[in-house]
Amino acid sequence: MQEKVLMKGNEALAEAAILAGCRHYFGYPITPQTEVAAYMSKKMPKIGGVFLQAESEIAAINMVYGVAATGKRAMTSSSSPGIALKCEGISYLAGSDLPALIVNVQRGGPGLGGIQPSQSDYFLATRGPGHGDFHVIVLAPASVQEMADMTLKGFELADKYRMPCMLLADGTMGQMMEPVVLPDPVELDKTPKDWAVTGTECKREHHIVNSLYLSPKKLEDINLERYERYKKIEEEECLWEEFMMEDAEICIVSCGITARVSRNAILEARKQGIKVGMIRPITLWPFPKKPLLAAAEKVKAFISVELNMGQMKEDIELAVRCKKPVYGCTRVGGMITTVDDILASIKEAVKGDE
Amino acid sequence: MAVVFEKPKALTDAVLHYCPGCTHGIVHRLVAEVIDELGIEGRTIGIAPVGCSVMAYDYFTVDMVEAAHGRAPAVATGVKRSDPSKIVFTYQGDGDLASIGMCETVHSAARGENITIIFINNAIYGMTGGQMAPTSLPGQVTQTSPYGRNTETQGFPIRVCELLSELDGPAYLERVTVNNVKNVRNAKKAIKKAFQNQIDGKGFSLVEVLSSCPTNWGMTPQKALEWIDEKMIPYYPLGVYRDKDGENNG
Repeated sequence: MQEKVLMKGNEALAEAAILAGCRHYFGYPITPQTEVAAYMSKKMPKIGGVFLQAESEIAAINMVYGVAATGKRAMTSSSSPGIALKCEGISYLAGSDLPALIVNVQRGGPGLGGIQPSQSDYFLATRGPGHGDFHVIVLAPASVQEMADMTLKGFELADKYRMPCMLLADGTMGQMMEPVVLPDPVELDKTPKDWAVTGTECKREHHIVNSLYLSPKKLEDINLERYERYKKIEEEECLWEEFMMEDAEICIVSCGITARVSRNAILEARKQGIKVGMIRPITLWPFPKKPLLAAAEKVKAFISVELNMGQMKEDIELAVRCKKPVYGCTRVGGMITTVDDILASIKEAVKGDE
Repeated sequence: MAVVFEKPKALTDAVLHYCPGCTHGIVHRLVAEVIDELGIEGRTIGIAPVGCSVMAYDYFTVDMVEAAHGRAPAVATGVKRSDPSKIVFTYQGDGDLASIGMCETVHSAARGENITIIFINNAIYGMTGGQMAPTSLPGQVTQTSPYGRNTETQGFPIRVCELLSELDGPAYLERVTVNNVKNVRNAKKAIKKAFQNQIDGKGFSLVEVLSSCPTNWGMTPQKALEWIDEKMIPYYPLGVYRDKDGENNG
């Protein structure tokens, strides 16, 4: 157990990646995640690791692809516009069944947008960021502690299922400082992977890391196998947290910084006699549909609190199968939802039910 | 019975899919011979491009990675940085290396990345059926320059070796061709040096091979080899453009 330290979210995740055994980081500067690259550039050379400032986000993700192909843990980090550039490479990672961690500390968009916090890449992350049928596992931390913990979890899941994993943080999570207990260093299994390119030593058939299958039947089979894995992930890897849901009549659904604000709004609403609770998705893909569907039997309405125009709201509606109304409480462009914004939505939801 | 000729060990038994008269087969063989002669088969990792040689991963017996279009030097950088004791090469065509992947090419060269690049320049996009390449010659007729490459609207060809020779990073840059026996021998020497450089830790080595594409040039294989002499070499002079060893210059 390590001691409690005060750290910025971006630095906590960088240190956690090192503790997770990642020794290869490739990135390109972009606000608000540049501290990750700065931290790695300082740390990696001292521990025999590799920090490389790539010529572009595209090159960075392809360097990650190269390291991942050799069976080692690799990561890159960026923010929204840079993640768009990485999508090609993420699709190839998924198509070649390679594990990797991609960090997205989101800022407002579209286009160049702004540099303030946002959750506007929800669709991009949860719908398979790139061309083709695929998913990445998406983790949404809501504290600096979770920035560190989810980094470890992300590498673990990526390795377990041989697929890319995205840590989807909003800019606030990257920039704010909080006390954090860093994880203990991970002891990695050094057994050579039976798919990695490590040189044949003229002792085995060559390994090929590839996403090209010109036979439609073969390509279909590979997609079907991959979706079997996805099904297993949906069944076994959903993470969420419930807050004051025991007697809740209104259920807020929110992740990241807006989940933090929502907690305060819930406490305030309860002071006013309104029973509100929260389900906070921690994995955005797989999306925690089961607890939401179960809650739909008990609550009168859901409120999706998010820093975009209502992207997660669609997933909530699908999860609760429209059994109960889902209201939206949204701010965009770097504006952050306030307790008052949420209270107003709570009152709207209560009124709507009457 | 004495064996007088055999397939290099570093080539698999797969039947090459290349068109009759295409020089990819020759260059594959040269790369495989070099891998055999240097005894590096067991520790070599190849990166295949997107283009005609996309399925190079099936033809070499070494571990192979298929990269996205143009990204082979970045993928090679990752593989090499993961384990510098491995010998890492990319095999790329002109669209892959000099168009969509130019950024990765220039920056891996500028970093002096200790990798070997085999660059096939046949002045056309072969796999997609004969479109204009960044290296198509002025006036060259292709599917997307049906009236001949007009330099006023379609720009000029890129001379990759000359361009990269302006950088401090590269250790070795040479342009060769494989259109006759003498040139094939010379090409092999260059490819061998480009691999030896990596073994010796000398850094970025690129060999540009002027190649033929009879199918998309609309020529017989023989005529296509002559076209290299008549049209390509005057625009793309053969020779060493960088050699940090100071050997072979000029």
